[in-house]
Amino acid sequence: MISFQNVSKHYDDMAALEGVSLTIELREFVSIVGHSGAGKTTLLKLILAEERPTSGTVFFESVDIHKLKRSRLHQYRRKIGAIFQDFRLLPHKTAFENIAFAMEMAGRTDEEISTDVPYVLEMVDLGNKMWNFPHELSGGEKQRVAIARAIVNQPDLIIADEPTGNLDPVNTFDIIQILKKIHDLGTTVILTTHNKGVIDSLKKRVVTMEKGRIIRDDPTGKYVL
Amino acid sequence: MWTSIKRVIKAGLVNFYRDGFVSLASILIMTVTLFVIGSVVFLSVTLQASLEDLKSKVDVNVYFISVAREADILTLAGSLRTLPEVKEVEYISRAQALENFKKRHERDELTLQALSELPDNPLGAVLNIRASEPSQYEGIANFLKNDTALSSGTKPIIDSINYYDNKTAIDKLSGIIRATERMGVGLALLLVIVSIIIAFNTIRLAIYTSREEIGVMRLVGASNRYIRGPFVISGILYGVASSLLTLALFYPLTYYVGDSTEAFFSGLNLFRYYLAHFGEFFLFIAGSGIVLGAISSFLAVRRYLNV
Repeated sequence: MISFQNVSKHYDDMAALEGVSLTIELREFVSIVGHSGAGKTTLLKLILAEERPTSGTVFFESVDIHKLKRSRLHQYRRKIGAIFQDFRLLPHKTAFENIAFAMEMAGRTDEEISTDVPYVLEMVDLGNKMWNFPHELSGGEKQRVAIARAIVNQPDLIIADEPTGNLDPVNTFDIIQILKKIHDLGTTVILTTHNKGVIDSLKKRVVTMEKGRIIRDDPTGKYVL
Repeated sequence: MWTSIKRVIKAGLVNFYRDGFVSLASILIMTVTLFVIGSVVFLSVTLQASLEDLKSKVDVNVYFISVAREADILTLAGSLRTLPEVKEVEYISRAQALENFKKRHERDELTLQALSELPDNPLGAVLNIRASEPSQYEGIANFLKNDTALSSGTKPIIDSINYYDNKTAIDKLSGIIRATERMGVGLALLLVIVSIIIAFNTIRLAIYTSREEIGVMRLVGASNRYIRGPFVISGILYGVASSLLTLALFYPLTYYVGDSTEAFFSGLNLFRYYLAHFGEFFLFIAGSGIVLGAISSFLAVRRYLNV
């Protein structure tokens, strides 16, 4: 589904990624681990086309995503649900509106919005906080809104960049359970994290990175660094 | 298509309302801009009126000798009227001149008595010539100088032309008028440009606070059009609100200065002028406001769309 072919990314003369080749199959659950600065976030930014590689190509299905025109990017991004460590909710919109926004972008009808938004909010256990603004929610609640936003359009791929980085253990557990549930429903998930407990409990494929390179790729890995 | 237009407009309205403080600040700054633009219009109207007034006070008088024949004078007046520079020629006959003289010296018994002692009316006829531009008096005066021989054949019938006495004053005045017009236009342009830049910058700052939001929208899969639309709608709303505020402000203001401008600038009452031309003012101010708000927003958002 996703394929990195000898991809490097340099910021000025600092290398964030160095000759990375990686293939992720449909319906996989892949965790990417590594120290800060190992290149995990850069990898995800390349998938979202937020950054362009210095060399090499990144394919999504059969499309070279960095050859897409800027004006077409948004259509590609609708296939991906993105979750970030800092949540990235729209601060002037309520939980409901944040999710409705993503649906509006995808051209869904008002009827679909009025039924699907409460449904996904129920799914992440936030049915009672629908009309709250992000600043009225806790970190865990914000992240659950972000997850609801990411899944509401039933994307083919979810990428989660340290989604539990700002959360306490209980919320971390909840978020990972939700991601697992999404994966069980048939969505490809790419997760980056520092959290050893999370990785060890998942028992899924683990890709370990160091200094911009992939140093280990275990099919049912543990967190080893 | 219709749904997305509806959604864009709704999002614009909601942003306008929720970002209350930013909206208010933008509206106030834009009001200042539109106020400056409106004031420049008023200023140029006043300037124009007072210049017209000054110009109309300048004229050249041609005094004829008392024995000049009326027919000759009227021929001269006729040929003067054919000149393109001449706006108006007024003929004052000898009898009329005497009448005017008597009226002017109504209280002056001595002069009137002296006048009645004379066997004949000592006054000559007069032509009052008004040019369309003060700078054209010289040409008219030269025309008269060269033309006098024509009208009577032998003896010149013109006694004197007061242009040469007034020449310095007229030259100075036309210089002042030209300079004032140039300076007025320059100053007005400068003011308008500066205030437009300030308004543009304010809107840019307002959108700068939303730059992260714009990035998030891009990452969630929003098209540029969809991101930009609500900002442009908010910009238009800033324009509408600030132009209404400006138009409302001019009402008491022109009312307040109306009477004094009428006294000072010979009959131009700004308040009545404002009311009479309210339609044009409305279109001009509201149009400027809406265009300024929409274009500023459009350009400002563009900077943050490159995610």
